[in-house]
Amino acid sequence: MLVAIILAPLVGAAILGLFGKRMGERLIGLIACSTVAVSAILSFYVFFKHHAELEQGQKFYDYMFTWISVGSFRADASLVLDSLSAIYILFITFVAFWIHVFATGYMHGDKGYWRFFAYMNLFMFSMLTLVLADNFLMMFVGWEGVGLCSYLLIGYYFTKDFANDAAKKAFVVNRIGDFGFALGVMLLFSKAGTVSYFDDPARGIHGAFNWAMAQGADPLAWSAIFAGGITTIAVLLFVGATGKSAQLPLYVWLPDAMAGPTPVSALIHAATMVTAGVYMVSRASSIYMNAPTAMLIMAIIGAATALFAATIGLAQWDIKKVLAYSTISQLGYMFLACGVGAFGAGIFHVFTHAFFKALLFLGSGSVILGMHHEQDMKRMGGLKKYMPVTCATMLVGWLAISGVPLLSGFFSKDEILFSSFTTKVLPGSWPTVLWAIGAISALLTAVYMTRLMVLTFWGRERFGSSESAPAVHSAPGDHEHHSASPRESPASMVIPLVVLAIGAALAGYAGVPEGLSGGRIPNYFERLLEPSISHSGQTVGAAKVATEPIPPVAHEAVLQSGHATPAENHGLELKLTLISSIIAILGIGLGWVWFNRKPLWEPPSLLEHKYYVDEVYDAAIVQPIKQSSTSILWKIIDVHIIDGGVNGAGYLASLLGGILRRLQSGLARSYVAVLVFGALLLIGYFAIR
Amino acid sequence: MVPLSWYLGLSALLFTIGAVGVFIKRNAITIFLCIELMLNAVNLTLVSLSGFFGDVGGQLFVFIVMTVAAAEAAVGLAIIISIFRNRESLNVDEVDTLKL
Repeated sequence: MLVAIILAPLVGAAILGLFGKRMGERLIGLIACSTVAVSAILSFYVFFKHHAELEQGQKFYDYMFTWISVGSFRADASLVLDSLSAIYILFITFVAFWIHVFATGYMHGDKGYWRFFAYMNLFMFSMLTLVLADNFLMMFVGWEGVGLCSYLLIGYYFTKDFANDAAKKAFVVNRIGDFGFALGVMLLFSKAGTVSYFDDPARGIHGAFNWAMAQGADPLAWSAIFAGGITTIAVLLFVGATGKSAQLPLYVWLPDAMAGPTPVSALIHAATMVTAGVYMVSRASSIYMNAPTAMLIMAIIGAATALFAATIGLAQWDIKKVLAYSTISQLGYMFLACGVGAFGAGIFHVFTHAFFKALLFLGSGSVILGMHHEQDMKRMGGLKKYMPVTCATMLVGWLAISGVPLLSGFFSKDEILFSSFTTKVLPGSWPTVLWAIGAISALLTAVYMTRLMVLTFWGRERFGSSESAPAVHSAPGDHEHHSASPRESPASMVIPLVVLAIGAALAGYAGVPEGLSGGRIPNYFERLLEPSISHSGQTVGAAKVATEPIPPVAHEAVLQSGHATPAENHGLELKLTLISSIIAILGIGLGWVWFNRKPLWEPPSLLEHKYYVDEVYDAAIVQPIKQSSTSILWKIIDVHIIDGGVNGAGYLASLLGGILRRLQSGLARSYVAVLVFGALLLIGYFAIR
Repeated sequence: MVPLSWYLGLSALLFTIGAVGVFIKRNAITIFLCIELMLNAVNLTLVSLSGFFGDVGGQLFVFIVMTVAAAEAAVGLAIIISIFRNRESLNVDEVDTLKL
């Protein structure tokens, strides 16, 4: 069953990749959407069929074959379904299906229609492999697969230089992260002797997580990072997560990745792939809970990224760039949650973020298409009259991401802020500091999203005039209409927007924090995730509860030791919720008043130039590498050593040949003389002997 | 009965004449004849030793040598004729096209 979930999109990718060129748009769209639909339906089926078992922490394996077995190293091509991967495949396939539907409208008339959907289906296969894998090596296959598809889709408009540059940048920056991830997995294997997640007696496999839980906690000290123990593993894996999930300092590829078509930005660079880092960290929660230093680093980097990206998002003019920095900022939130030990809250934010950020990206895609491939917000404004449905659905996304009460983003963001305020994982005043950073970021989020909405949908119409600045890179399309007025998008694009808007409004009710109901209604989402996620050193071992439900006492103990909400905290949670609601509304109000008055307010140039990070990286890393490649690797190593070696071998051969050539005199009698002389020598030798 | 040493002596003489001929002659036909002379000197040795030891193997071997010599003569003469047609000369010292 699980195999069918991952293979359906692969079949689609194969069909489209091999025969798609000769197919019509309608057939291509049908194949691409239906294969994802098959995955989605199967995901929902297995989730609801095994719902009770998943809630109790049971795991379902789908063993295909033993991939590698060398000495003590064993990696199976096998899949596992537990509550964590079940939640992931549910929202991935659901959101992806609607994005595919949207893309059939958005990509209409593009020459590479078949290529686009082949890549999209291939991406779905890789992403589902990443999520369903039951060991780190298999996860790495999916991890690299999504990286490849991301590269292919960012560089989809491969005739444009900026798209190619962005694709290469994404690939190279991701490789840096992947290097850390690979090192982490190797170190884990050398320490734990296995790369599998869990014990599986049926196959005689030992799990790395049981090993990690048996290790006991590392000390909270910077030296632990280099000690080569569990903290080193955790930090290396986190380096991989910073690359894939665009955290400081490796976030630079994600804003540029907006060069790809907008559905790609929605699916890969907002809803699914970039959350793979959060997934991996949550999956390895047993490792992280014993590595407090890594947790602290993760929380700090998460919070810093959230604030940093939010400030940049405030000052961008390209509608997709704003959403890109918003994504980075929200990913920072997720890592903040994981860093304070609230993995459940992090995953919950991934879940709600997938809906509202996919919605916002698709909405921006609808705006871009309606504006005839215009992405510069300086040339928008007043669009609500022309695009009522897009406006209404994006309104939901805007309120959801800003954290307005009773929409999805409110519940998840609130949970994260509360967890970081009350965490017992981090020492000293860190919880308060991180909470404050998170709260400021939440305020900024509300402000920049309001800016985006006001600039796009309200205010004076700024299009049709040529006075504003030259357009930013806009996606090329063959169906350029020259009518000036924007138009609403076709049904194939509007319906996904409506569906995702409903999701963005309601997804939060899957995990209403317990504090809001005074502890009367348990948090369904957290309860479901409970068995898959580790909360402390002596925790509910993921494998221990594989067969029996968690005893209520142990469950309570977990709640006490971890981040979750003991009864006395419910009051505090209510207070914090109130604060974050005020923050959200304050942010929206501020943004509304300010940007309605001065829509074209010039932000500080430091922010508009993204703190000059790209320039600094260019000067500090790219140029030195270029310089040393030119002056040392090329001019010295290549020219002198490599070319010199090849030329030297040729020279030596011709030198030897010049000497040996003298034997070929061309006189037949001289050959005869040599022959006879040789024969006489041989005869003489045998005669004398 | 002629003693064996006479046979061997004659064959050694013939072989030497042939070898020296190959050395000093430049005419391709002459060199060719000298090679035939050497081959037949060897044949004479084989036959006489075969008779001396009472072993027919030597005589059998002579037949093989004669067959090969016939084939060699056919190919060799064809080459010589071809060379002569192209060069109007049979001087082997002039046939050095392959030399650089």
